[in-house]
Amino acid sequence: MIKFSQQQLKVPKLMRPVYLVTAGQSKFDRAIPEKRTEELCVDAFTMASGMLNISAAELKSHIHSCYYGHFADHFGDQLLGEAVIHDRLGLDPLGNIGVKTGGATGGSTLWEAVKAVASGYSDCVLAMGWERMDEVPTDEGNFLISCAADKDWESPLGHIYTGYYAVMAQRYWQIFGKAEESFRRTLAEISVKNHGYARMNPFAQSPMSITVEDVLKSPVVAYPLRALDCCLMSVGAACAIICDEETAVKLCKDAPHKPLRIWVAAGSHTLRPADRRNMEIPLLPNEKPDQYKNLGREFPGGERYPGFSGFLGARMAAWYGYRMAGVTDPTEDLDLLELHDAFTISDVQTYEDIGVRPYGYGRDYVESGDCYHTNPKTGKPGKLPSNISGGLIGCMHAVGATGIMQTFEVATHIWNRWAEIHGDEKRWKEFNRKKPADWKDLQVKGARRGMAISHAGVGSHVTSTILMDPDHLIKKEM
Amino acid sequence: MSMFGQVYVSNGKYRLKGDFHHMTPNIPIRNAEDGWKLMGVTNPRSMTYIHTYGGEAPFFEALGKGKLLGTRCDNEGCEYKGSVYQPFRIHCPDCLGRNTIIDMTATAKKTAKVHTFMVCERSGAFNILDKPIKFINIEFEGVDTILMSYLSLGDPEIGMKVVPIFRKQNPTYTILDLSWVPEGTPEKDLPENFGF
Repeated sequence: MIKFSQQQLKVPKLMRPVYLVTAGQSKFDRAIPEKRTEELCVDAFTMASGMLNISAAELKSHIHSCYYGHFADHFGDQLLGEAVIHDRLGLDPLGNIGVKTGGATGGSTLWEAVKAVASGYSDCVLAMGWERMDEVPTDEGNFLISCAADKDWESPLGHIYTGYYAVMAQRYWQIFGKAEESFRRTLAEISVKNHGYARMNPFAQSPMSITVEDVLKSPVVAYPLRALDCCLMSVGAACAIICDEETAVKLCKDAPHKPLRIWVAAGSHTLRPADRRNMEIPLLPNEKPDQYKNLGREFPGGERYPGFSGFLGARMAAWYGYRMAGVTDPTEDLDLLELHDAFTISDVQTYEDIGVRPYGYGRDYVESGDCYHTNPKTGKPGKLPSNISGGLIGCMHAVGATGIMQTFEVATHIWNRWAEIHGDEKRWKEFNRKKPADWKDLQVKGARRGMAISHAGVGSHVTSTILMDPDHLIKKEM
Repeated sequence: MSMFGQVYVSNGKYRLKGDFHHMTPNIPIRNAEDGWKLMGVTNPRSMTYIHTYGGEAPFFEALGKGKLLGTRCDNEGCEYKGSVYQPFRIHCPDCLGRNTIIDMTATAKKTAKVHTFMVCERSGAFNILDKPIKFINIEFEGVDTILMSYLSLGDPEIGMKVVPIFRKQNPTYTILDLSWVPEGTPEKDLPENFGF
């Protein structure tokens, strides 16, 4: 699609307010041989009920339909895994459906759950996502992931997904990074930040105290991307409970937090980057009509949009999502982000797609220190912290669970419960992980609104999930 | 004695010959740190898929004959009539009419250049290309899209002029039958089985 019709640019509308009342997640790791997937899902669910100070049985009694995100059947060699989990959670004979949109599966599962409540079909639904990537050796795992590229035109070229991002990294680095070594160091800084934040997260799989030099010396996977530029391969589950207002108030009666308003929007683009055609840049509310007219002059080679340097799917997820929720400037209106840092390069590309920085200037979000919990340059709170969970690079990428984990993490800040959940000694012990002596409270103080971006393939499906404290809506009538 | 699974089509049906899967026993997985208690089991499986190229078959057949086929929308009623696609698209993405197959070998030889690239040091299982694999994305004059492929000789750079080479001897009938070399490469330097 090159031009949009008016109908295609309709701002999506929820027919009634929708709320996130609770969420939960399992431990995440490269392999969890001691637990079946259903045990991980039960862990996530019981955590969610515990967050409300009610029993799992009571929470279940409110659920009317279920939305299950699980991407890669071929990893687990089990079709209809949704039916297995649904049965083991004791939710038969409620209606349920499986959702699969690659890396965006978690976000898409929330998209379906929110629409089910907004439409009035259900008043309370379960969105549960999981992935089990430890049932094959890593090289076979890479092969299975590469099956999410075009099987005839792309996958035979090395059977490694990192390669598809590496060509974008190269192009972006040459055009918008002006081939500067400093840009490569900025990419590495993202990995340092996210592995570092993962150290404070007991759920996280890859806590590391590393330097930019460590990233730049890590083994090349697909040049210019190195091992520490890449996301993890994970096992784990995450869930969220989505409700209408009446149920939300009821469920949060004895909870230490209030329900949060939730909106989810989605965009898409070609599976093969090869098929991307030129088009005008769809503008976000904080961008001006002539803003990009000199982009090609400023960055020679950057005139082709989205080319290999932008994600149209992410741009459209933000385009719809901001208008639904009343966001006019993400940096001013939101207090934190969880982004889909599948690779350090895609993190930077996404800053531009979602309007945190204009196209061409994504690196500034890192270099200014705005993306940090505490800005390393000023020592003050970061303007818009991102991926305090550790993201996909430091925390996990258990594909079907990822978008839900991100949403859960954003919610913990708005609920002002981040320290309670991530600092709990018992949880560190239960996960057989050592809480670091320098553990730090990463609560974003006064967080009222946040967003999670869930992203698939090389941008084939992208969702934006926006959460707000209902007492701090941007537009009262939303 | 086993033989590779082979398939042909007759009367609109797949006809199969040979072995399509191989049996291997399950092996228990035990915990070395807890008295070798049972934790799980391996599930070995070797299978052969039967895959149709459908309307893309002419593209893959042509590679072994030294031709690069693309497609073009010739629908008079389409707003984007004249758009040329490489990768080959069976249908126009706008009007969904059936595209016309065109031979764009000459265009590729004259105008192909590297849009972007990467050098891949690791690969997934079942990769058969030698590492490092030099992925290149190739742009052509008058073509709307950008093809992904691999460079067989030299080091890639953005803007570098390249020409296609084809696996004419022992073709695999996959996308690997198409590769690229820097413009001016002599035929004697091409990889085994490949020619211009």
